[in-house]
Amino acid sequence: MRFGIVVFPGSNCDADCYYVIKDVMHEEAFYVWHKERDLSSFDAVILPGGFSYGDYLRAGAIARFSPVMSAVKEFADKGGLVIGICNGFQILLEAGLLPGAMLRNKSLKFICDQVHLKVSRTDTPFTHLFSEGEVIKIPIAHGEGNYYCDPETLESLKSNRQIIFTYSSPEGLEDEEYNPNGSIANIAGIINKKGNVLGMMPHPERCSEAVLGGTDGFKVFASMINWAKEASR
Amino acid sequence: MKNNMSYRDLGIGDDEYRMILDFMGREPNELELGMFSVMWSEHCGYKNSRPLLKLFPTKGEHVIQGPGENAGVIDIGDNDALVFKIESHNHPSAIEPYQGAATGVGGIVRDIFTMGARPVALLNSLRFGEPYDERVKELLAGVVAGIGDYGNCLGIPTVGGEIYFNDCYKENPLVNAMCIGLVKKDEIKRAVASRIGSPIMLVGAKTGRDGIHGATFASEELSEESTAKRPAVQVGDPFMEKLLIEACLELIKEDLIDGMQDLGAAGLVSSVAETASKEGCGVVIDVLKVPRREEGMTPYEVMLSESQERMLVIPKEGKEKRIAEIFDKWGLDAVVIGQVTDDGIFRVFEGEKEVAAVPVVALTEGCPVYVREGIKPDYYRKVQGLNEDELLSVNLTEAFKKLLASPNIASKKWVFSQYDYQVMTNTVVVPGDGDAAVLRIKGTKKGFAASTDCNSRMVYLNPYEGGMMTVCEAARNLACVGAKPLALTNCLNFGNPEKPEIYWQFKEAVKGMAKAAEFLGTPVVSGNVSLYNESSNGAVYPTPVVGMVGLLEDIENRRDMAFKNEGDIICLLGRLRRELGGSEYLYVCHGMESGRVPEVDLEEEKSLINLLLELTSLKVLSSCHDISEGGLAVALAESAIKGGIGFSVKLESLDAGILFSEAPTRAVVSLNKDNISKLKEVSSKWGIEVHVLGRTGGEEIIIAGEENEAVSLNLEEARQIWGERLQCLMK
Repeated sequence: MRFGIVVFPGSNCDADCYYVIKDVMHEEAFYVWHKERDLSSFDAVILPGGFSYGDYLRAGAIARFSPVMSAVKEFADKGGLVIGICNGFQILLEAGLLPGAMLRNKSLKFICDQVHLKVSRTDTPFTHLFSEGEVIKIPIAHGEGNYYCDPETLESLKSNRQIIFTYSSPEGLEDEEYNPNGSIANIAGIINKKGNVLGMMPHPERCSEAVLGGTDGFKVFASMINWAKEASR
Repeated sequence: MKNNMSYRDLGIGDDEYRMILDFMGREPNELELGMFSVMWSEHCGYKNSRPLLKLFPTKGEHVIQGPGENAGVIDIGDNDALVFKIESHNHPSAIEPYQGAATGVGGIVRDIFTMGARPVALLNSLRFGEPYDERVKELLAGVVAGIGDYGNCLGIPTVGGEIYFNDCYKENPLVNAMCIGLVKKDEIKRAVASRIGSPIMLVGAKTGRDGIHGATFASEELSEESTAKRPAVQVGDPFMEKLLIEACLELIKEDLIDGMQDLGAAGLVSSVAETASKEGCGVVIDVLKVPRREEGMTPYEVMLSESQERMLVIPKEGKEKRIAEIFDKWGLDAVVIGQVTDDGIFRVFEGEKEVAAVPVVALTEGCPVYVREGIKPDYYRKVQGLNEDELLSVNLTEAFKKLLASPNIASKKWVFSQYDYQVMTNTVVVPGDGDAAVLRIKGTKKGFAASTDCNSRMVYLNPYEGGMMTVCEAARNLACVGAKPLALTNCLNFGNPEKPEIYWQFKEAVKGMAKAAEFLGTPVVSGNVSLYNESSNGAVYPTPVVGMVGLLEDIENRRDMAFKNEGDIICLLGRLRRELGGSEYLYVCHGMESGRVPEVDLEEEKSLINLLLELTSLKVLSSCHDISEGGLAVALAESAIKGGIGFSVKLESLDAGILFSEAPTRAVVSLNKDNISKLKEVSSKWGIEVHVLGRTGGEEIIIAGEENEAVSLNLEEARQIWGERLQCLMK
């Protein structure tokens, strides 16, 4: 399976994603410079974390104008798998591929920590190897991860089952106490209606190997690979 | 401007001005004088510290590059090398904490990739006044945010550090940043072996008026006028630096350059002089070619600007065009601003007009060196006379709780959770979990560990012993996580060296550090000196921070401090000691910073380190934690809190001395009972005492004497006291 990993000026988790795909998942990985306009040779696209364009103005606000983003839209329209992690999620929001916006963390501070997520849907290309309601442990590292949308959008996210990951207690309780950044409805990750574009603030590439203290992120990539292989069969 | 009016304003003494006249054979003009001022500042010229720095051992089997380059380099086998250095940014942070700290990180990162290495880890060492004062809290919040925002944006994990609070730092906080880079041995770049006629390119950000005379400012005591020097603080742009890193590393990958030199303190003056001085060459620069952010800048401003995120690059013959292409890809400037000449003169032109001509050696080797006399301060004799035996009677549980709540001991999560410590996916022992950070090296079984350390109270009470203790603690911390200590970098933060008592502290501390570094086989490969750390309240405690780096041959053998299993045996490795001199206990429970510093036995320290390393390869231990601030009781508590497992231990004679002594060369370990005979066997081989203290398990912390239950505390309560203290203070 061929993964394209988009590199914006200021991306800094590009190499981590590359490593996971190539050396952990043993699939093909390619860096895609933000000026590229064609993604048709890939089976999946990763928008990695970092500070694209220094996050000046607003996280992801400048990156959305990069030439590669029209290609990402086209790729997604054709049903290609797109995952945006952290800054990648912020860019997907700014580019309109996912609804809503990111605010600064409620604490107004950058937060690096381990959190628990509840996986609320397992019929997606990104989560089908998890079990319904499974609680996973995963790192976060962001200053603007406070997901916000208006009440109508939230209602539609809920009714279309687009909320994939929510911050929770280790037992799966989605309480404000376990919400690290103030996100509305404890949202940590959402998917588009069609189900092929996922945005998530936590970093699955940081917990895909036992040596890093956890392997729950592995299942996100494994789900994608498995899904694509099933689809092409 | 009349020169005899201005040289003193620039921090140049009368004798120094006479030396300048001799070098020049005439009166220097304003720009030339400015060049001397920054190059002969303590920050650039090390004029008060050079003779003492010579005491440090700098050679060893692992050393590829010792002091004298942008950073030190050590060999870790398989063509891999680690490049590292620590540097201060104290004065800028006192005035403008956010930018001061941020640009401190930016500067040290440039030192590392200048050597051709990819920066892979950041650490720091911070000192503030007690965090009860609003201004101190502002400084702390600003510094932590500055370090975090800069390093996070670069995508270099901030994996470790230390932070202490003492009112001697109230007006003059210390902000030391360390960076570690990874490089293939055959790709190491040194600061330029220049060819005559070789062009000099300036790459990266444009030049503005910020930071002019930052190096001179850093070499003075802080005063009320210091805030007026705010323009001498630089402004950082981590995004620009990130682009600069990627572009510069591409240059190295394509083998396009002879050398690189970053622009740090003293801006173009210093970096150009360093470039030329290596081969005794001269250099000519045209300030009109320097890309600028602001209009109407004078040659003086261009040459002395400390605008951040800039580098000098010396291209290989004919590679200028390709270099410009790479920089263009990253959206950065890359222009030829001058060239290397053969006349030994640093010439500055503004177009056709020559505006400065100074012999290069006058700026570099010409810097005067002062060997000063130290005097033992009055306080020294006084503190030796403290009778600790009179200070033992306290309620031990209450004392224990007070210690857990001391900001110097309590969890630093409020700090490190603002740092991205996992980006690059190499961090395998994260902040707070072990005595040192541990990172894997992808594609190998190896890893490296790093720690920054300095107990400045101990150094104050006895600079020689305290200096030794600092090096020993850093080495022991590495051994505790399973790494063999290899080499160190240091940042020597002291007061005004022109005061004999301060010079004495400086000299004694350096002697102690040199002795321990020599004995433990951990040479000094790089470092930085920060003097004049004084305010109206006097000098800071002598704070010679050590950043040490070690190697793990097999990353699977790493250890952290957390208890792992119920029913494991808990042992103390090393002697049961009760000396309380310089302890946090004396400070927290008796309001005293006094006493005789517990002695370091270097032979014993070396044996303990060797023992810990042998236990690493035998995989005997479940956890390991060195004993430092708060003593045995706090070490036990931290292992319990981290593991979420309580413990019960019993000690024959029990008092505040046994529980809270910070005497060195000791560690608390836990292990399966089946391994205990092996532990005793190996320990006896190395001559290190093993004391079986008790067992892990349950939800209580219980430390009992022969007859009484001396300390008893619920684990969750302990976790709350220790875990939430700093967070509550900073709310």
